Amino acid sequence: MSRLSLLVLTLMVSAMLLAGCGEAPKEEKAEKAAPAETAAPEKVVLKLAMDADPVSLDPQVQLSGGMLQYAHMVFDPLVRWTKDGGFEPRLAERWESISPTVTRFYLRQGVKFHSGNEFTAEDVVFSIARLKKSEDFKGLFTAFGDAVATDKYVVDLVTHEPYGLVMAMATYIFPMDKAFYTGTDPKNDKPKDLILKTDYSFANYNESGTGPFVVTEREQGVKVTFTRFADYWDKATGNVEEIILTPISEAPTRVAALLSGDVDFIMPVPPNDLERINTTEGLKLVTMSGSRIITFQLNQKRRPEFANAKVRQAMAYAYDNNGVVAKVMKGFATAAAQNSPKGYQGNNPALTPRFDLEKAKALMVEAGYPDGFECTMIAPNNRYVNDEKISQAFVAMMSKIGIKVSLKTMPKAQYWDQFDAQAADIQMIGWHSDTEDSANFFEYLYMCPNKETGKGQYNSGNYCNEKVDEITMASNTETDVEKRKAMLQEVEQILFDDAAFIPLHWQNLSWASKKDMNTEDIVNVMNFPYFGNLVIK
Amino acid sequence: MFAFTIKRIAQAILVMLIISFIGFSIKNAFGDPVRELVGERVTPEERAKIRDQLGLNDPFMVQYGRFLKNATHGDLGRSFFFKKPVTEVIISKAPATIELVFCAALIIITLSVPLGIYSAIHPKRLFSRIVMGGSIVGVSIPVFLTAILLIYIFSVELHWLPSFGRGETVKVFGWWDSGLLTKDGLLHLIMPSIALSSIMLPLFIRLIRSEMMEVLESEYVKYAWAKGIKPRRVWWVHAFKNTLLPVITVGGVQLGIMVAFTILTETVFQWQGMGSMFIESVERADTALMVSYIVVVGFIFVVVNTIVDLIYGLVNPTVRVAGRK
Repeated sequence: MSRLSLLVLTLMVSAMLLAGCGEAPKEEKAEKAAPAETAAPEKVVLKLAMDADPVSLDPQVQLSGGMLQYAHMVFDPLVRWTKDGGFEPRLAERWESISPTVTRFYLRQGVKFHSGNEFTAEDVVFSIARLKKSEDFKGLFTAFGDAVATDKYVVDLVTHEPYGLVMAMATYIFPMDKAFYTGTDPKNDKPKDLILKTDYSFANYNESGTGPFVVTEREQGVKVTFTRFADYWDKATGNVEEIILTPISEAPTRVAALLSGDVDFIMPVPPNDLERINTTEGLKLVTMSGSRIITFQLNQKRRPEFANAKVRQAMAYAYDNNGVVAKVMKGFATAAAQNSPKGYQGNNPALTPRFDLEKAKALMVEAGYPDGFECTMIAPNNRYVNDEKISQAFVAMMSKIGIKVSLKTMPKAQYWDQFDAQAADIQMIGWHSDTEDSANFFEYLYMCPNKETGKGQYNSGNYCNEKVDEITMASNTETDVEKRKAMLQEVEQILFDDAAFIPLHWQNLSWASKKDMNTEDIVNVMNFPYFGNLVIK
Repeated sequence: MFAFTIKRIAQAILVMLIISFIGFSIKNAFGDPVRELVGERVTPEERAKIRDQLGLNDPFMVQYGRFLKNATHGDLGRSFFFKKPVTEVIISKAPATIELVFCAALIIITLSVPLGIYSAIHPKRLFSRIVMGGSIVGVSIPVFLTAILLIYIFSVELHWLPSFGRGETVKVFGWWDSGLLTKDGLLHLIMPSIALSSIMLPLFIRLIRSEMMEVLESEYVKYAWAKGIKPRRVWWVHAFKNTLLPVITVGGVQLGIMVAFTILTETVFQWQGMGSMFIESVERADTALMVSYIVVVGFIFVVVNTIVDLIYGLVNPTVRVAGRK
C-alpha cells in the first residue's frame, strides 16, 4: 500500500509541476500571438465576470439591474440613455408628440428578431401589453394605456394623462417577438407568453429579441454564452463576437480572475481593490459617480423626538458626509445632501452637506433634548457598499450630540421584512430611481404613506408633508421641462429644510477591464453597459 | 447483529426527521423568498399574492406535512431561483462537490498515511519534526485564507493555475459533468482540492501518528519484535492495521466537517458545487433549496455514520454490547 500511495503521490506532484510548466509557455504564446491577430482574424471573445447572472431569459419577469443589463444585450429598447442623460434612437428612429397624451414612434425598418421574424409595430404593442401584465413592471406603466399600431412601422404610446416621463419609460420597452412568444408551449401546455417567476415557462428558457447577442448556451448560475447576432441591424457597433459571462459572487475571486487574466472584464469592482487594479499594467479601471442615494429614515411615528424638525436637523448637522466618504468609502462615493444626483432634473445645486457639530448641539438644546435620548436602528450588511461600516460611523457621530443609537445589522434577505415592519426607529435605505428621474424618489420615499395609491411605500420615516405630495403629483403631468425642473428642485429644498431624512452619499460605479477595450465608452450611470458597442482592439 | 442493524436504521430515520424539522422551522428566519423574486416596486399586496401561490402563507404544520408527504415520493420541492425541482438542482451540482471531495480525500490519504507512519516510527528525526510543525501551521490557517493565498500566489502572481470555476467538463453517463477527464478540468481542481484538504490533512497526519505510536508501544508489537519478524511486516501488518480502526471512525465523522468546508472552498473558488449553491440559496432566501440541501447533507451524514457503525460492529463485536445499553 505504501508503494502504491507513494506512486500516486509522485504522479500527483509531477502532474502539478507539469501543469505549472505547461501553463507558463501558453501565456507567452498568447502574448506573441496577439499582434498577429489582425492578419488572421480570430473570434473576438469577451470573458466577462459579474456578481450575478440574469435570473431568467424573460426580460419582463423581474425588474432589476441584472435583468436590464441582460435586456440591453439580447433585446434592444425603443430608445436608450446616452451618457449625458439624453436619448438616442434604437428601434425607434424618431419620435414626436402628437398630443399631450400621445407620443408617436417611427420604428426602424428591416430589423430582424433572432427567430428570423421581422420586427414591426405589432411587436411593440404586444410587448407593452405584456409589460402591463408583469407584476414587476406594471407599476411603472400605470400611466400608460394600450399602445396603438397606426402603421406597420409606426406606434403610438398613449398615456391616461399628460406624462413627463414618456421617453424615460420608452427606455424600458424592449420589444419581444410576438410570433415567437405566441401559442402554446407543448412542454407545459401553457401559453408561451406566460410570465412565471418560480417555475418553468417558455419565456424563462427561450428568447427572441432584436439585440446584438443571442443566448447560445445557458447554465443558470454557472455560465451564459452570448453569440453575436449575424443579422443585427446596427452594423456600426462593436466587434465582440462572443461573450462568456461567468457569475462570480465573491469579490476577491472576481478581482483575482481579472488579475490572473482568466477574465477580461469585471463589474462591480470592490472598493478595496480599486487602487490595485488601477496600478496594474494592462488593466483599466473606469469609475463614475452613481445615482443610487443612500439614506437613513427617521421614524416619526415610533419616536416622538423625530417628529421634531429641530432634532432631525440636528442629526443632519451632526453627520459628516464628506468624512464618511473619505474614510469609510475611501473616496469611492459622492457626498450628498439631497436625493437627486447631478444631471437629474430635480438636482438642486444650492444644497450641500451641512456638517457642523456646534450647530447640531445647539439645535438639540433648542429642541429640548440637551441630554439626547436613546433609539434603535437597523441596516443591511450585504446590500450597499460598506453598509455596515457606514451605519457604525453614523452611530458614532450621533453619540456626539447625545443620541445613543443601538444598531442591528442583518443580511438583505432578512432586512426587507424588518424594514417593512418598521422594526426600528432609524432604518437605512438606498434608492436608485427606476425612471432616472427625481419624482421617483419622492413618490416612494417621502410622500405620505398611502396603502391604496401605493405612494410612500418605502417611507419608513412616516414623513408626511402635503406640499411635497402636491408638487410631486403635479410634476408627473408637467411636460414643460423647465417648469418641471423648478418643481422638483423645490421639493428637494423642502426635504432639505425639513431634514425629512439623512442623506449620506451616492455610491460610485466601477468597471475594470483589460486595457485594449473602449470600456469607458460603453458604460453609463445606469450601470447598463452597452456590450454590443464594445470594441476589443 | 440483525437487531443492531435495525435499531441503527430506525435511529437514522428519526435523526432525518429531526433534521428536516429543524431545517424547515428555521427557513423563515432567512427571509422572504418572494422579496428576492420581485423588484423593489412591487406592492405588498402583490407580494402577498405570490406568497399565497407558493403556499408560504399556510400554517407551519401544514407546510411541513406537505413537505414530508412529498419527500416520501422523492419530491423535495422547487427551487424558486432555478425554477426547477430542487432534487434536479442538487443532482446537477453534486458531481462538482463529489469530485472535489474525492480529490481532497485522495490528497489526504496519500499524504497522511506515509507521513503519519514515518513520523510515528522515527519521531525524533528532523523530517518528522518538520512534518509535525507544519501540521500545526496547517490546522491553524482557515480554509478561506489558504484558498485566497493559493489564488494570489499561483493565479495572480505566477499565472500557473486558473483562479476560479471548474474549467472544461465532459459529460459522463449522460448527466455527470466531470472535470477529471480534461487537462483544463484537472488544472482547475488542483487549488480547490489542496485548499479543502488543508485542514484535514494535518489532522490525519497527527491522528495516524499518535495512534501508531500507541500501537507500537503495545505488548503484541513488542512480542512481534521479540519473535524476530522483519520491521516492515511489524509496521504494516501488525501495527498499521490496528491503527486504522479509530482512523476510519474519525474519518467518517470528519467527512461531515469536510462537507462544511466545501462551502467555504467552493465559495472562494466559485466552484459550482453544492456548497456554493447552498450559500447562494441562503443569500437569495431560496428556502426550498436551502432546506433540501440541509436534508440531503443530513442524509449523507446519517448514512455514512450508520455504515461506519455497522462496519465497526462487524470488525469489533463488542460494539454491539455498547449499542444494546
